[in-house]
Amino acid sequence: MADLKDLYQQIVLDHNRAPRNFKKIPNASHTAEGTNPLCGDDITLYVTVEGNVIKDVGFQGKGCAISQASASLMTSTVKGKTTEEAESLFRAFHDMVAGGPDAPADDKTLGKLAALAGVKRFPARVKCANLPWHTLHAALTGSDEPASTE
Amino acid sequence: MTMVRQASAAATAARTAAQPMLDVERVRTDFPLLMQHRDGKPLVYLDNAATTQKPQVVVDSVKQYYEGYNANIHRGVYKLSQQATDAYEAARVKLQRFVNAAQPHEIIFLRGVTEAVNLVAHSFGRTSLVAGDEVVISAMEHHSNIVPWQIVCEATRARLRIVPMTDEGELELDEFEGLISAKTKLVALVHVSNSLGTINPVKEMVAIAHGHNVPVLVDGAQATPHMAVDVQDLDCDFYALSGHKMFGPTGIGILYGKAELLNAMPPYQGGGEMIRSVCFDKTTYAPLPAKFEAGTPNIAGAIGLGAAVDYLNGMSWDAIHAHEDDLLRYATESLETIPGLHVLGTAKEKASVVSFVLDGVHAHDIGTIVDKEGVAIRTGHHCTQPVMERLGVPATARASFAFYNTREEVDALVRAVHRVHEVFS
Repeated sequence: MADLKDLYQQIVLDHNRAPRNFKKIPNASHTAEGTNPLCGDDITLYVTVEGNVIKDVGFQGKGCAISQASASLMTSTVKGKTTEEAESLFRAFHDMVAGGPDAPADDKTLGKLAALAGVKRFPARVKCANLPWHTLHAALTGSDEPASTE
Repeated sequence: MTMVRQASAAATAARTAAQPMLDVERVRTDFPLLMQHRDGKPLVYLDNAATTQKPQVVVDSVKQYYEGYNANIHRGVYKLSQQATDAYEAARVKLQRFVNAAQPHEIIFLRGVTEAVNLVAHSFGRTSLVAGDEVVISAMEHHSNIVPWQIVCEATRARLRIVPMTDEGELELDEFEGLISAKTKLVALVHVSNSLGTINPVKEMVAIAHGHNVPVLVDGAQATPHMAVDVQDLDCDFYALSGHKMFGPTGIGILYGKAELLNAMPPYQGGGEMIRSVCFDKTTYAPLPAKFEAGTPNIAGAIGLGAAVDYLNGMSWDAIHAHEDDLLRYATESLETIPGLHVLGTAKEKASVVSFVLDGVHAHDIGTIVDKEGVAIRTGHHCTQPVMERLGVPATARASFAFYNTREEVDALVRAVHRVHEVFS
């Protein structure tokens, strides 16, 4: 039986309470908005890319503990990475939260992002965890359409 | 001692006579789903504003139709088709009596309130609105009574005007009258707010609108599970309800419309069933109600909704009201003892809906945690994003009660919300 402690790990609660990189970057090279139309959660992501390296990243918005913690963990993880590395983290993260029940999480790649592995057992909350990543993907690929989990 | 007992018994009898009691435990046995356990805990279903559970008689009526007399209606000359037609039309009469419409053909079967509003918006709206005209709706409408009007207003270059609401979640009636002018072609109002529970003074508002010769559509989705509705007494021009919100099947509901208006309106959808004769040169349409029921309708749904009406007719609205009012008060008082919890929507007239927020915790997290305790509530914007915007919250948690809910279930909800504090501490 899925346990609430798997979902709300201490690190998740901590990142929700004190989100890292919760800031607007006025001269960001890339920005995107993401919404979860089902619940009204929204996020705006600001990314500064130099060459192909993510020099700075920030987010603002409102949402549940899972989406806020996910955005906080994501921004702390991708800062300093190349855009290719960020996209590959997105794939690993997506596999972790939405992959099959037996798909092992790639802890080595994911690092502290693995704190959100418990989301897999709460299917209704997968979209909350993925929202910041979809938004990052939209920002990096320069999509004009707001990112959506639908 | 004996005298005291007698006096007490007499007092009880007097109370019973004045306010019939609902035998909730017996009523619950009519609903198979309520007998379920989830994760070893009894299911506590408190999301009745989203959809209600179905009594066995409704489930059986649908099953009996498919097993016993499934046939298309209004066309076969064979007995089976006649039997299905009779049951479908009998359901129409049940719905006519349920809302006290003057005539059965003023009842149009369709999918629910969403389709009903779209029908009026496209059929009535598109033919009577011109650039500069106005449609008045309220600040607490469900998206289903906003978006169809936006679509039609955009197409006709008409304008939407919004009746504001107070912080308590009551419509500002003085403002309402001021919004109506010679440009107003229709008023569309929610009877009971799905996100706040407010019961709007619809009869009074209809009278105000009629004072300016403006017709009124009422969205009754959240009213019909809680109160008797009399469309002639309200004098509204259109009234819509959804079957699944009132213990009937999904995918079926009605639009009531005054015959005079419905007769003057063009068809909404074209197809079979709604025609008198079809030639490539010209098609003439069937009279009411067929004019608005293109295609094979949801026959099983209509029969099931008729069974739900029969079920409700077997109960007392006074008893339902007394019980739900007790649940509303008890739930509001109990939840407000939780530190950091705020109830949103404190109108004087409320149906049994309690929307709340908890300091520092998003509604979705509340929803997930109480679900682990076996308590099903709705969390989010409840398809009323403008209400959330007005109250300055992204989302709320909402417990909505039906007559089959109990004080023990309220206690389970309160215990579960305390768990949220434990998890987030």
